[in-house]
Amino acid sequence: MMPEAYNPPAPGWREWLLTERPASRRQARLGRAYASWTRFASNRLALVGLAILVLLLLVAVFAGLIAPDSPVVGGDLRTARLLPPSAAHVFGTDDQGRDIFSRIVFGSRLTLMIVFLVAIIAAPVGLLMGTVAGYAGGWVDATLMRITDIFLSFPKLVLALAFVAALGPGIENAVLAIAITSWPPYARIARAETLAIRNSDFIAAVQLMGASPVRIVLRHVVPLCLSSLIIRVTLDMAGIILTAAGLGFLGLGAQPPSPEWGAMIADGRRFVLDQWWVAAAPGAAIFIVSLAFNLLGDGLRDALDTRG
Amino acid sequence: MTNMKSDTAPLLEVRDLRVSYPTRDGRTEVVRGVNFTLGRERLGIVGESGSGKSQTGRAIIGLTPPTGRITAERLAYKGTDLLTASPRQRRQIRGGGIGMVLQDPRFSLNPLMTIGQQIVEALRSHVRVSGSDARRRALEMLERVRINDPERVFGLYPHEVSGGMGQRAMIAMMLIAGPDLLIADEPTSALDVVVQIEVLAILDQLVAERGMGLIFISHDLRLVSSFCDRVLVMYAGRVVEEIEASRLSEAKHPYTRGLLDCVPRLHNDRHPLPTLQRQAEWAV
Amino acid sequence: MSDLHGKSGTGAPVLIADALGVDFGPFRAVDGVSFEVRPGESLGLVGESGSGKSTILRAIAGLAPISSGAVRFEGKPLGKRREKAFYRHVQMVFQDPYGSLHPRQTVDQILSEPLAIHRIADGERRIRQALDEVGLGSGFRFRYPHQLSGGQRQRVAIARALITEPELLLLDEPTSALDASVQAEILNLLEEIRQHRRLSSILVSHDLAVITHLCERLIVMQSGREVETLTSRQLVAGEVTKPYTRELMAASEGFRRKEPVPA
Repeated sequence: MMPEAYNPPAPGWREWLLTERPASRRQARLGRAYASWTRFASNRLALVGLAILVLLLLVAVFAGLIAPDSPVVGGDLRTARLLPPSAAHVFGTDDQGRDIFSRIVFGSRLTLMIVFLVAIIAAPVGLLMGTVAGYAGGWVDATLMRITDIFLSFPKLVLALAFVAALGPGIENAVLAIAITSWPPYARIARAETLAIRNSDFIAAVQLMGASPVRIVLRHVVPLCLSSLIIRVTLDMAGIILTAAGLGFLGLGAQPPSPEWGAMIADGRRFVLDQWWVAAAPGAAIFIVSLAFNLLGDGLRDALDTRG
Repeated sequence: MTNMKSDTAPLLEVRDLRVSYPTRDGRTEVVRGVNFTLGRERLGIVGESGSGKSQTGRAIIGLTPPTGRITAERLAYKGTDLLTASPRQRRQIRGGGIGMVLQDPRFSLNPLMTIGQQIVEALRSHVRVSGSDARRRALEMLERVRINDPERVFGLYPHEVSGGMGQRAMIAMMLIAGPDLLIADEPTSALDVVVQIEVLAILDQLVAERGMGLIFISHDLRLVSSFCDRVLVMYAGRVVEEIEASRLSEAKHPYTRGLLDCVPRLHNDRHPLPTLQRQAEWAV
Repeated sequence: MSDLHGKSGTGAPVLIADALGVDFGPFRAVDGVSFEVRPGESLGLVGESGSGKSTILRAIAGLAPISSGAVRFEGKPLGKRREKAFYRHVQMVFQDPYGSLHPRQTVDQILSEPLAIHRIADGERRIRQALDEVGLGSGFRFRYPHQLSGGQRQRVAIARALITEPELLLLDEPTSALDASVQAEILNLLEEIRQHRRLSSILVSHDLAVITHLCERLIVMQSGREVETLTSRQLVAGEVTKPYTRELMAASEGFRRKEPVPA
């Protein structure tokens, strides 16, 4: 029989995560993530923001189960039009006799889609432009940054309007237009961060290993620019939602009858004095989600500080 | 020692000085009960990074950041308790009574004011003098720190002078209001060796001429002992040894001996160098 | 040029600098400095800030331009673009251990990078060996730099430089940011590694005692120029010819009061 090995008391998972001596890559990475999470969680408002966004995600996923009615097909135009909030219709009905609550629930899908698409188009483009320009310097920097300046010098909404006008109205084109107009600030941030670190010794050390510029930018520069970019994108989400809503409001974004929140406000505008709930409900939804993104961004700023 | 019969209180009394900062697991003390009394003498405080030597100096002059908490049984300058003094009293003492020279003049001089303006400013915040008088005294002071053409340096901005020149200007600024005590925190560590010696000579002369008290904080035990009368060796927030500078070779504490021993020397060098074996009980 | 009375160093020089000049715009940082480093030899560059000593290292490493003259490594002249193999044979340790390690990478990632770049197999063994060699052990392998002390960071930087098994190590004030007791440990480590690996090195420092401790020969520099080249033994014996070298020596002895002043 084997001699009984000494078993140290199993340390709690918290100790395991916070140890100064991680035993594997996974433990080191998880430990750092946990440390970030504790910093994030110490900010109550950030947790509120996160909770709202998780709720939004759940609503979007289970929209079919949550919404009592169809978001598109209305009720009887004679009896179900512009009804005030009641037990049957929590947020009332609109001029087509559609349940506003159901429309908002389904609209969350559109909002999330816009946010998600813009983030995955604009952020990487900006990140790449900025880090390449900052690291390469010289004419590459000059060229990329002049392009950025040109995009920056147009008012965002006007530029987006021009794109949508050229491409035709519709939610996909609206997303594309917003993405195209929102990457330049990210490029600026990434470039500034890159300039701050390109002359540091740890970059010189990888240069001295014979690493190619592509490798240095992708593996050593980008990870350091990422956290400030994530924070900025999160804080910008509110603006993106508002721009999308603005395009929807102007009739250039989502087309009827799709339940996009901005377009819903545009519809409700005609009755805003007598049937206020038609515009107020989607307005409140936009407000709450924008606020949640801002709170989350603030929390991330605390959590993702550049130290370690 | 109980009798303090002479009515001239010592320049500085420090009893059970403690400085602590908040961390994730409660407050951590970085200075843990430091005691000393200073007359008109040159006192060295030596230790490695994290020993609490700079925190001690900063606590005395009131440069501890707001998150830090200072407690002491007694912390008095010429009998005035520094912890209970009014902000006005403290301002008076700071600069007028106690001056401080920091490590790097590039960070401790105001980049937007000329050197002359800063010296004049330092003088006029403690002494009522006319503008032309202040200027004359500032120029005099620059001459005292062996700046050859004080008129030119008076009009220069900090970034326009070398490190050695900047540190001399800093010393001029700190001494112009005639303080009785100067705290110098690594005043020459950012300077080249040759310049270092020049600046030390200036500091030494001024302190001696004016009969000031000096607290010289440094990581360099040899330098401090060649400059001071008495040395406090700090480790982990405590004073582990107090010794006459001239009798440093008789130091008893293993930490002091280790610090003296581990530096490479030009003459009779050792291979490998003796290293410091830190003992847990030193920090107790 | 330089005399070669040093005890080590037989065979063809590893590195030859011939009238090396480095310009930054109109400013001449290094002005026609020549020297050579023999296999297994350690050469010291000593001088004050702005003397061009660190710039020489950076020029050899390709981090600063070679404006005039030539530098040859193992017989081949070094141009603006270096082959990948060059970086396997020449490595550098920087002054500030807080700035030379990527803040978001674990020790493991930092040490894996050169192995990945040079496609070196048996990385696992090499990383373990490198950590052992610098006295850290595998307990440090998955830590982030902010979990390490200054001395431990410098050990990681040394391990990173050694992991490709270079022939020439460039040491840029490797101990001047460290406490005295930690400096002693790092100097001992560097000496051990040198003896063990028969590594050639160039050490830059402002501290004469550190230079004579580690190097056989040294060049005294001032304002980008070579003041004199001598062996450490000559320096210690006081056989120096230039007043500037004497001044440096006097200053490194520490402060001396001209006449005793009463306190």
